[in-house]
Amino acid sequence: MLTPLILLLVLMILGAIVALESKDLLSGIISLGIIGFALTIIFLILHAPDLAIVQIVVETLTLVILIAAVLKTTREDTTEKLDTKKVLLWGAGLIFIVVFMLTAVKALRHLPDFGLPTLRMARVYIDQGFSITGASNLVAAVILDFRGYDTLGEATVLFTSVAGVVTVLRKVGRKKS
Amino acid sequence: MRGMTLIVKSITQLMAPSILLLGIYIVMHGHLTPGGGFAGGILIAGCFVLIVLAYGSEEAKSEVRKWRATFSESFGIFLFWFLALLGLIQGTYFFYNIIAKVNTGQPYHLFSAGIIPLCNIAIGIEVGAALFAIFITLVVFKVEENL
Repeated sequence: MLTPLILLLVLMILGAIVALESKDLLSGIISLGIIGFALTIIFLILHAPDLAIVQIVVETLTLVILIAAVLKTTREDTTEKLDTKKVLLWGAGLIFIVVFMLTAVKALRHLPDFGLPTLRMARVYIDQGFSITGASNLVAAVILDFRGYDTLGEATVLFTSVAGVVTVLRKVGRKKS
Repeated sequence: MRGMTLIVKSITQLMAPSILLLGIYIVMHGHLTPGGGFAGGILIAGCFVLIVLAYGSEEAKSEVRKWRATFSESFGIFLFWFLALLGLIQGTYFFYNIIAKVNTGQPYHLFSAGIIPLCNIAIGIEVGAALFAIFITLVVFKVEENL
């Protein structure tokens, strides 16, 4: 089971690099889609159909919105180049990667093995979730009953982001410059 | 943005009702089958996005009203907060599943699991309207360059 996961992860990293480095914004967005759809397949392999459904519809809709927005404005990458020397940037990135890896190795040692994802807290949810809430989909029981605060926070974040987009791009009340 | 060809418009007329129905189904059965408010709400938004893309933004401007999308979004988040506050009104904790505590309903049936399906409907309204509001703000009603 590990081999297709590693292959998909390599594909995702390649897609991220192409999305960052390409000069054409449209091809950048398409290679961004590689990451999302590969993640959908990874969720399906790991037996998480809830996450796979959400991931595939979110990825499709965000790609459509981004492509429509790019086709209406400009297709060229207009980011200005930094004046700092490239050696400094690469050095800072490498140092960060080394520090991150060292801390990750220490932290990952305390996690359970791959394929044994049932933590002590999740044991209670799996055993008693159905009898307490009556929901046959355990994921719904967890995100809307046991961990309802998280979902409330997510929905509020989405509301705030939409309020921001509508406010920045409004027509009424703008000053003419 | 101009509309697409007659082929795309005809296929959209056939497909859009089924996509909307699938989204409503996923929202309603979120506590029984995989899916839920987020996935179903995005499918509902995708149905409207498909119609706007196929028929073009000029034709959409006469039919689409931005206040409807933002109003439904605010209504959805308000409904969700109200469902969470019901526990406090009843005298228990915030986000307490008050209906399931009395009666969890018949398992594996549509009317079960207390406030979970109600929360799913609220999230579905909120997410669908939110993504459609972002889409029409960025694509249909964009700010003119000389402003």
